[in-house]
Amino acid sequence: MPMSEIAVTLIKVLFLVLLWIFILSVASVIRGDLFGRTVPASELPQPEITEAPPANKKVKRRDRGHPSTFAITNGPQSGTSASLADGVVQIGRSADCQIILEDDYVSTRHARVIANDNGFYVEDLGSTNGTYVNGQRITQPTTIGLADAVRIGKTVMKLEV
Amino acid sequence: MTDVQMVVIHRSRRNIELLLLLFALGIGFSAYLITGLNLYGELPTNWLAAAGVWVILGAACHAFTRWRIPYADPVLLPCVFLLNGIGLALIFRLDQTSTPPANDVVTQLGWTGLGVIGFIAFLIIFRDHRPLQRYTYTLALLGVVLLLMPLLPGIGREINGSRIWIGIGPFSFQPAEIAKLVLTTAFASYLVERREVLALAGRRVLGIDLPRARDLGPILIVWAGCLLVLLAQRDLGTSMLFFGMFVMMLYVATERPGWPLLGLGMAVLGGLVMFVLIKVFKVGFFDHVLVRLSSWLDPFSDYDKNYQVIQGQFGMAWGGLLGRGLGEGRPGLTPLAKSDFIATVVGEELGVAGLMAVILLYGIIIARGLRTALIGKEAFGKLLAAGLSFTFALQVFAIIGGVTRLLPLTGLTTPFMSQGGSSLVSNWVLVALLMVVSHQFRKPVTTAVGVDPDSESTQLIPAVESRSGLFGRSSRRDAHRESAHRDGAEVGAR
Repeated sequence: MPMSEIAVTLIKVLFLVLLWIFILSVASVIRGDLFGRTVPASELPQPEITEAPPANKKVKRRDRGHPSTFAITNGPQSGTSASLADGVVQIGRSADCQIILEDDYVSTRHARVIANDNGFYVEDLGSTNGTYVNGQRITQPTTIGLADAVRIGKTVMKLEV
Repeated sequence: MTDVQMVVIHRSRRNIELLLLLFALGIGFSAYLITGLNLYGELPTNWLAAAGVWVILGAACHAFTRWRIPYADPVLLPCVFLLNGIGLALIFRLDQTSTPPANDVVTQLGWTGLGVIGFIAFLIIFRDHRPLQRYTYTLALLGVVLLLMPLLPGIGREINGSRIWIGIGPFSFQPAEIAKLVLTTAFASYLVERREVLALAGRRVLGIDLPRARDLGPILIVWAGCLLVLLAQRDLGTSMLFFGMFVMMLYVATERPGWPLLGLGMAVLGGLVMFVLIKVFKVGFFDHVLVRLSSWLDPFSDYDKNYQVIQGQFGMAWGGLLGRGLGEGRPGLTPLAKSDFIATVVGEELGVAGLMAVILLYGIIIARGLRTALIGKEAFGKLLAAGLSFTFALQVFAIIGGVTRLLPLTGLTTPFMSQGGSSLVSNWVLVALLMVVSHQFRKPVTTAVGVDPDSESTQLIPAVESRSGLFGRSSRRDAHRESAHRDGAEVGAR
């Protein structure tokens, strides 16, 4: 049996009201989402910083956590990382780099990190603005460990376990 | 002075999403119940089973979102479920217009399930969109193959004058819907790599820098490809969608207004070529393009030929402000109401109020996609999110504009509502991709405390402080002016 006209109209209007209440609640969620939550940086997940590995890394490396990734820890793109499994991580602005930096001070192929049996090196590939390890501009392949910070432009990167 | 560094992070908001999702599932399902009540005066007999399936689909999506991409945008999933639910209810309603009642809604629910599986599978395989950047040319090739597949003899099928289908056994599929996703990804990856070059200015006409002639290769190839699709498959919608998508992504990547202007000119040129072909050379198989044009400009001149468009107009007019009520209109009078003309069914049974709500839901999905593109810090993801949302927007605009006679009618589907599996599944995957990008952009990042690049010996001065566009670059001229002010401590690497 079809329903009475009044019931049909009531249900119809009620349904449309629900539809619009949904849209308004979505709008209020979006408004609440505009501003994130402000927390102290120390509450964020921290990269593990251990003390500088001893000179003889070849022996000790496997004992105390083998670095497996090279990650951006500070700067506009922090959170990005690249795996060291292939033995080399290239850093620069071009798309064939494993870490692509969006920064006018970074060269197309800026620097690379090499992992071999003797440890980890960072090497500048003739960049215009240089690569810095712990604040010092490097001129030759430089050994880095878990505690060393590599800076290119506005970006700071580290080895991570 | 406290040395506590404060950072702003996005909240995960999964609980809000769950609430909205339950709300959306409820509205979608009540549309189904109301249709049954209005038509037969009782609830559909299988309502409990249907509710079970519906809630399981929602719960599965939510659970996998929580597990795989906890920081994804919270409003995308509820909006999609609401649209999909309304679409299912309307297809159920249209099933009842034929005697005996059809059962297409079950097929459509099956496709929805497959769409949800596609969504979940995507989240399991790709938690991060960045690996997709490496397959620029593989994806481009795959997209072109998918796009041209309906032309292959044997599997290609022509339905309603357009050859955009492939058929395998009893199933038919529109590969262009998948190609839409694949090519957006390929274009994003290509343009991220090439945008520096494509942004270089050439001749300056009327205050606008046109691109250099030697950079026109890619846009010419895409233009020719789209014309080919239009000629061979006789589908205005697909060719317009792909060309518009490429031109818009070029604009977003380069921030040069010269590109969209050039694209518009090329589209007009393409239209003229078509027109000449039809009018002067009397190429017969363009009849249906002509029908589409006349049904847009002057449908009432030929009632029989433009029957579908006219019926759609009458339906919406009869719906008025609040609509007839679900099940109370006569949407069965419009041919193809389940696929092309589902928006007019919304207009007839839910009225302008309902149609506006549906359009707003699409608008919210698009706005959240563009918002994702804005908050991101990595070029490929930004361009991908912008491209996907724009493609989605263009599709919604073309089809809803088409059935409301704002634009000539194109054969595009109404995302999440039209009957048809290929569109449903590919749009579910599109939402998965958008949500993955938004998760990557919204998740809090690890920051090492105490390592501050500013504290080191060399101080950096950013080249351009006034960040304007999506990529924060203003025009090259500004960059040069700023660099002239710098005192040579650092030289821009470009």
